[in-house]
Amino acid sequence: MPLTSADFAAIRLTLELATVTTLILLVIGTPIAWWLSRTQSWFKGPVGAIVALPLVLPPTVIGFYLLVAMGPNGFVGQFTESLGLGRLPFSFAGLVVGSVIYSLPFVVQPLQNAFDAIGPRPLEAAATLRASPLDCFFTVVLPLAKPGFITASILGFAHTVGEFGVVLMIGGNIPEKTRVVSVQIFDHVEAMEYAQAHWLAGGMVVFSFVVLLALYASRRRTTWS
Amino acid sequence: MIKKALGFTFALAALPFMANADDIQVAVASNFTAPVQALAPGFEKATGHTLVASFGATGQFYAQIKNGAPFQVFLAADDSTPAKLESEGEIAPGSRFTYAIGKLALWSPKDDYVDEKGDVLKQNTFAHLSIANPKTAPYGLAATQTLEKLGLTEMLKGKIVEGTNITQAFQFVSSGNAELGFVALSQIFKDGQVTEGAAWMVPEDMYDPIRQDAVILKGAANDAAAKAFVDYLKTPEAAKIIESFGYTLE
Amino acid sequence: MIEANFFLGWDAFDLAVELRLPGSGVTALFGPSGSGKTTLLRCIAGLEARSQGQLTVNGERWQDSASGLFVPPHKRPIGYVFQDANLFPHLTVAKNLAYGQKRVDARERRIAQDHAIELLGITHLLERMPNRLSGGERQRVGIARALLTSPRLLLMDEPLAALDYKRKMEILPYLERLHDELDIPILYVSHAPDEVVRLADHLVLMESGRAIASGETSETLARTDLPLALSEDAGVLIKGRVTGHDAAYGLLSVAFDHGQTLRLAHPPRAIGEPLRIRVQARDVSLSLERPTGSSVLNIIPARVMTVAETDNPAHRLVRLDVAGTALLARITRYSLEQLGLCRDMQVWAQIKSVALLG
Repeated sequence: MPLTSADFAAIRLTLELATVTTLILLVIGTPIAWWLSRTQSWFKGPVGAIVALPLVLPPTVIGFYLLVAMGPNGFVGQFTESLGLGRLPFSFAGLVVGSVIYSLPFVVQPLQNAFDAIGPRPLEAAATLRASPLDCFFTVVLPLAKPGFITASILGFAHTVGEFGVVLMIGGNIPEKTRVVSVQIFDHVEAMEYAQAHWLAGGMVVFSFVVLLALYASRRRTTWS
Repeated sequence: MIKKALGFTFALAALPFMANADDIQVAVASNFTAPVQALAPGFEKATGHTLVASFGATGQFYAQIKNGAPFQVFLAADDSTPAKLESEGEIAPGSRFTYAIGKLALWSPKDDYVDEKGDVLKQNTFAHLSIANPKTAPYGLAATQTLEKLGLTEMLKGKIVEGTNITQAFQFVSSGNAELGFVALSQIFKDGQVTEGAAWMVPEDMYDPIRQDAVILKGAANDAAAKAFVDYLKTPEAAKIIESFGYTLE
Repeated sequence: MIEANFFLGWDAFDLAVELRLPGSGVTALFGPSGSGKTTLLRCIAGLEARSQGQLTVNGERWQDSASGLFVPPHKRPIGYVFQDANLFPHLTVAKNLAYGQKRVDARERRIAQDHAIELLGITHLLERMPNRLSGGERQRVGIARALLTSPRLLLMDEPLAALDYKRKMEILPYLERLHDELDIPILYVSHAPDEVVRLADHLVLMESGRAIASGETSETLARTDLPLALSEDAGVLIKGRVTGHDAAYGLLSVAFDHGQTLRLAHPPRAIGEPLRIRVQARDVSLSLERPTGSSVLNIIPARVMTVAETDNPAHRLVRLDVAGTALLARITRYSLEQLGLCRDMQVWAQIKSVALLG
């Protein structure tokens, strides 16, 4: 196998990025999805649209705005600098921020669908059985939405692994910090190192296939028995 | 009027417009974007042909050409890619020539941040130095050669951020995310002077010459429009425009 | 005492009720679908956050919109039995039962788990998942789950509506045991007359979001001025006690209020046992003289009280007084005129059939 240590470093970095991103997305995506699923507010439409924006925007657009916003003249950059965190571009933290935005709809939407499917009735049953709304969320909603959480985690993780445009725009291609597999593949192709490109690209195809297979398998097992 | 296809992502979308025999489809290395746009009106006026330019990375154009992309002329950012195409029999025999020699500059959009000798590199007060990917971009290679000559490779290792190509390396600097970077002089040079900020013109003995070669591709060997464009590049009128963007000629 | 005043407006429907209900026994909320029964029950449970009004249950104030008081549903000591049980699909029967129970302070648990499980006959179901239960079993689990929160008010929303006749008969005895064995006031939503007469002590008639009558069940059923009396199903409920059994003919004697006795074909029951008997208006015929040579078993003297119209112009509903107990007879308008029936006339009522309820 012609893969170099740089390739393996890129694979490791990619897995780290996808794991951290997925965990953060589950934490912030769950309340967003819950709110979207339950609210009757006028803001539901606009918020839903903002969450879905990364689905339709080219990653380069997201990456470009992130680069500008996180730069020294951007509001995010000035905010992070005022906190003493420095600036986010060319850092792992910056990639995480970009990936969270980029993969947000892939986590929020499956969760929202799962919450929608639960409907109000189990919540009412829990309320008449003395469960407070928070209690009910953890003991009824979360277990019932488990298939949604599995789908959301898989999609969020896989989509982050497949991320390219955003990383390209804000990453700076730094080994072991921001050089992920998709960028590494791009570099190999650019440098005409087709054998390595094939190994990595082929690996991505196999990975994506296995992930989707697992997803469909998990969807078949969603009934309670 | 020039039909511009901005960025390589639009190259394929432009294909339907190529049916006209008078259109000439040219793949242009991104660092040569501005000069081609300046050259196009003169060429179209002189010949009546229409120039359809796709801008992108040289390595990517190579992969596309190898896989049948219907370009007639290829203006590369280096001389090795055209040479490789030549040895693989992908070009019209004898059509390869150097259309421009790129010059490297250390640049910052902030006035006076970069001094005329490049000592700012040794002072090492910045967080990020942007360069193009040295593995794939000739300006990136030139940048690492320069740092090597200055003996700064080790010291600055942790501060270097790489753009995929020279355009992105420039973007990192212009957006302020990197304080300074090695860019193509052509990106910051117009009408004989630096347009914004401050730059150090890296002496040409610090890096291998960045020869940018052009070729007529195999499929267009007998194409009059392709030949007309290549011939136009060699005219004194074209040379003047190319030089005004900070390139030199042989 | 339950005082419930509610207003809740929707696009095409609004609920507006002012009710005083007894603080013990079974109160049926009866009416056609869409009459607001379930909405009223949900208001009492606190599941309709938009409702306006006041609610006081045995001295405790749960809602008072004027002062902004709204006790959220999980803080109201109620049990709620949903129409289709609404069990948690991800929990076994045992865990469904435990869900509410463990959220009630141990000192406030008045109903033992074993007792509820035994009462509803679900011991053998404890380890099953809800989707492996029949409709009747689910409903019994739902009732036990609600009971195990030791509610001070049990709300039941058509607990039998989704079940076929056989399942209904399977559960009704359990509900009667609840009524007899546990001292919990129950609000019972139903649109089935047989359930109401069998279970309810108090009856609230609902129509188009209004409570049009509220009173003791047998009295309310005997009223001829309510839509209840219009239908083929009109009838009365008579409470009596077993006085004897004729073993030779298999006939049970049941006496009600003032010494009148009804006989019906039924296996023996304990002397003195209280029973509810339903007599439907269409099963009662009238004659001016005491009929002789009739196969009808129960022929009793009665006095005509009122005559009312029914849903069929050819029929009239006659309310009778049998020594203080009301009886309804649905007869043709033709017969009414032939007999010349009017208020205070003495007649003989022939009761063709009576139904023993539990």
